[in-house]
Amino acid sequence: MPKLIEAHDLTKKFGDFTAVDSIDFYVDEGESFGFLGPNGAGKTSTMKMIGATSPISSGTLSVLGLDPTTQGPELRARLGVVPQEDNLDQELTVTENLMMYGRYFDMSRAAIRERVDELLVFAQLQEKADAKVEALSGGMKRRLTIARGLINDPELLILDEPTTGLDPQARHILWDRLYRLKQQGVTLIITTHYMDEAEQLCDRLVVMDKAEIVAEGSPQDLIEEHSPREVVELRFPVGVLETVSERLNGLARRAEILADRALLYTDDAEKTIHEINEAGLDHEAVLVRRSSLEDVFLRLTGRSLAE
Amino acid sequence: MTTPLAVRVFESEARWYRRVWRGSVVSSFLNPVLYLVAMGLGLGTLVDANLPEGVEGVSYLTFLAPGLLAATAMQTGAGEGSWKIMAGIKWTKTYNARLATPIGVPDLVVGLMLWAGFRVLLVSFVFALVMVLFRVAPLWQTLLAIGPALLVGLAMAAATTSFTVRIKNDVNLAMFFRFVVIPMFLFSGVFFPIAQLPGWLQPVAFITPLWHGVEMCRAIVIGTTPPVPVWISVSYLVTWIALGTTFAIGPFRKRLTP
Repeated sequence: MPKLIEAHDLTKKFGDFTAVDSIDFYVDEGESFGFLGPNGAGKTSTMKMIGATSPISSGTLSVLGLDPTTQGPELRARLGVVPQEDNLDQELTVTENLMMYGRYFDMSRAAIRERVDELLVFAQLQEKADAKVEALSGGMKRRLTIARGLINDPELLILDEPTTGLDPQARHILWDRLYRLKQQGVTLIITTHYMDEAEQLCDRLVVMDKAEIVAEGSPQDLIEEHSPREVVELRFPVGVLETVSERLNGLARRAEILADRALLYTDDAEKTIHEINEAGLDHEAVLVRRSSLEDVFLRLTGRSLAE
Repeated sequence: MTTPLAVRVFESEARWYRRVWRGSVVSSFLNPVLYLVAMGLGLGTLVDANLPEGVEGVSYLTFLAPGLLAATAMQTGAGEGSWKIMAGIKWTKTYNARLATPIGVPDLVVGLMLWAGFRVLLVSFVFALVMVLFRVAPLWQTLLAIGPALLVGLAMAAATTSFTVRIKNDVNLAMFFRFVVIPMFLFSGVFFPIAQLPGWLQPVAFITPLWHGVEMCRAIVIGTTPPVPVWISVSYLVTWIALGTTFAIGPFRKRLTP
């Protein structure tokens, strides 16, 4: 079966700066595919090339069987895009924003009206139908932006950091909506720098760092492949962490020293804790947890996403 | 039948304008009234008292009104091509939203020009009605003068747009108005014939789009003979429109679809 998106040696340069450095990936139909990486990793540049709003510098890219370079308008007609920054018309109402956007796709007014009713229900914005956008909360604006991206019933929805800047409640509502789309068979591409988001939403993802893809797989595969099963998180009194970091290295398969704590990657947490106590390390608090995507990320890029 | 892409942009501007038109309609009516009262009637009384033969053969009010029509169109065009464009690119980012749809950069620019033309028509039409109220000229003549006003407005909208899309921030726009738009407004023959200007400054007036518009509007409204043939002025303004629009597309592409 042909892939919905296929990229080979895809590269984006801005002058001397390489934002995306010959990456390869594919996305299958109905899949929910993620680009995970810190800010500046090249995620947004990749999204813009897929969305035919930024020309590729070199390599090949095919989206829905079309060439974004030469078939931009046809391609964009079949995509939905949810940009990182809301670019709604603040002075217009929720309904007007959707009507306006539908007209860009040359949908008939009657068809748009029908679609708007469905989308307002989907985005849980029925009561805000006639409210001006500027009066909406951040979460509502995001949901409206997603609804707007769905106006043309796209075959592929591109979401660039859909939940950045939202409170936890709003994020969960949004995840729920996106999950529904996924169940309806809409192919989703999501960029994020939130691990939990990638774990929740993505069937498969690539980790990007410094313009390159450094790993690829399902969240579970990535964790299994790149990180031991368990993590022991240790906190030390101020000033102690630096002095013990050398000794920690020997106690686990791998130790990651962060600013405020040390992470020890191990296959047997109990044994590791026992050894820590034996060694007489004067820690303040200890926490055992399962390995997560965040650990994979630390392993692959050597830095915390929180920065 | 599909709607041309640029028309879809026009439609969207119209939808937005439907929300915000009230303020701009009041000012497009009040502006000409205030100017014609203060300058045409107020200052005009003094001018007419000193020039029994009139300015170019007519009262100062009659001389001034068609020039102001062109000047208002020019300012409307500059307005449409400046902060509004900057906002769409930089502040509201609504142009990015449009470009994620089948609309491409040339469609966007042409659509914005169509809209600017419509705004100029609207403002000029209101101005023409005020001129009729002031008994400057009969209705049909005044309405005909909207033609050259539209050309001036579009020329200015296109030129201003291609300037706005090249600059980083709106401080430069304020400078543009202070050092380009306002001097053009004052010295392109709207308030006095450019023959009154020092000799070296007259060629500068010739190259402004406004001067060509002023002379054509005046020719239609008071029957003067324009100093250069109408076809030259029309071609000149059309060239401004074409070049301004064309030169805006490249930088728009660079900024919005890098």
